[in-house]
Amino acid sequence: MNQARRNPLNMAAMHGALILYTVIALFPVFVILINSLKTRKGIFREPLSLPDAETFSMIGYQTVLRQGDFFLYIQNSLIVTVVSLFLILLFGAMAAFALSEYRFRGNTVMGLYLALGIMIPIRIGTVAILEMMVQAGLVNTLWSLILVYTAQGLPLAVFILSEFMRQVSDDLKNAGRIDGLSEYTIFFRLVLPLVRPAMATVAVFNMIPIWNDLWFPLILAPAEETKTLTLGSQVFIGQFVTDWNAVLSALSMAILPVLILYVIFSRQLIRGITSGAVK
Amino acid sequence: MQKSRIRWHIAVFLAPAVLVYTAVMIYPLFNTLRLALFNEVDDQRLFVGLANFRTLFLDPLWSDAFWNALGNNFWFFLIHMLVQNPIGIALAALLSHPRLRFAAFYRTAIFVPTILSFVIVGFAWKLILSPIWGIAPSLLDAVGLGGLFQPWLGKEEYALTTLALVSVWQFVGIPMMLIYAALLSIPEELLEAGEIDGITGMSAFWKIKLPLILPSIGIISILTFVGNFNAFDLIYSAQGALAGPDFATDILGTFLYRTFFGFQLQLGDPYMGSAIASAMFAIILIGVCIYLFGIQTRMRRYQL
Repeated sequence: MNQARRNPLNMAAMHGALILYTVIALFPVFVILINSLKTRKGIFREPLSLPDAETFSMIGYQTVLRQGDFFLYIQNSLIVTVVSLFLILLFGAMAAFALSEYRFRGNTVMGLYLALGIMIPIRIGTVAILEMMVQAGLVNTLWSLILVYTAQGLPLAVFILSEFMRQVSDDLKNAGRIDGLSEYTIFFRLVLPLVRPAMATVAVFNMIPIWNDLWFPLILAPAEETKTLTLGSQVFIGQFVTDWNAVLSALSMAILPVLILYVIFSRQLIRGITSGAVK
Repeated sequence: MQKSRIRWHIAVFLAPAVLVYTAVMIYPLFNTLRLALFNEVDDQRLFVGLANFRTLFLDPLWSDAFWNALGNNFWFFLIHMLVQNPIGIALAALLSHPRLRFAAFYRTAIFVPTILSFVIVGFAWKLILSPIWGIAPSLLDAVGLGGLFQPWLGKEEYALTTLALVSVWQFVGIPMMLIYAALLSIPEELLEAGEIDGITGMSAFWKIKLPLILPSIGIISILTFVGNFNAFDLIYSAQGALAGPDFATDILGTFLYRTFFGFQLQLGDPYMGSAIASAMFAIILIGVCIYLFGIQTRMRRYQL
């Protein structure tokens, strides 16, 4: 080992740079969270200090809970995200199995066709999607969002899952066939449990963009009953612009669920990205 | 034996994904391109050929807004390329140092902004940069740069750059992670061989690691390109549909939204909206093609 790689001064400089950037990354979140727990006076007088006995107040949260239907928004977001993820994983895994397991005419073409959507954003087709949803009577339903997110998530899901399914041993599947299992049983009982780590990666990749999307909720489901948390907090904040307590509390309520999910899934997410699932 | 009968299970496995994908993604995409060739005359849908595009590119009523949005979008993309990706690469290079402690903590913390929604990011920065609250000016004061403060989001000449930098702040985690993964996959022997030849520290990064991670840099560039040219949410959250001040932060996504969905007194126009969406499609397609045929195939790949 050489000198440069062990130099303690170098190491300190590296930590310094990383700490600086970590502070830049976390500072805005921190400021929002601590100020959401303060009185209006506290927010403006000492924006950078923690809430103390004098400045502590939950008034912002009270306004948010009284005026906005945040629990409904969170429920909508959860339904949309969970159902979309379930459909992406189920349909994606089925298609990936067909493409990786069987040889049939059009296999390659089908694979390329499904891969088109990886690079082309679904938003480009919004005008026609809206027209179609109006005709189908799905506007202002959670189903319109679920369908769009499922279609958006499928290409990458099929791509990643078929890579993994090629690695499942043929002997196992053929043993199942000799035992008289149907192709469906082989898929659901033998193959699916083996690609569970890849499914988790796909789920985590899709979860964040679906949860955070503003475009489609704004266009397809802006009604009060179908607002997702992202759209709901956007509209709420827009209405309460001058009520800083309410705005900061609404922001915090939008941050917390994602932050909790992230803390739970961050290892999965980071392992997913660094294992080279995205090529 | 298998070939004698139709293997229905293949169709059953493929059908749900292909149906949903075709019906909700591919068909609307082509339908949007088709709608761009129509317009409404006396409540009748009429084929007008390329007239919508002529209006969009040449009629001053539309073209000013279009070229403005397109130019802003390129500036938005340029800032990402020049700021986000170099910072991401630098952070990844630091994180991948073999004896760095707390690497997992830094990695997790720096990725936090990426998981937040644009709405949170847009408003949080709007509050922090707000001259009313005073966090940004007092922080600048603390480092002796108080005189530099401006209400950046409210000034035409700074607003777009400020928002681009906010977006960089949010997404720097993605290039960081992808490059980090690429750096970790470089075999240790290669670096040790370099050391024996006297290539260490910074020059090891420039001469050994950087050439090896070029393919990953290509991928993050195209991801940034596609992401930037259909961006919308951040600008909408921070500046509203009008992308103020005076359209200084208008990009193609917000222009598309205003045009086809309508805003304030202007009614939505699905045909002009489709024309803008088609232009965006063309731009993204050109970008992806340049990447696939111009960059990816020419890039030298090293077998590790």
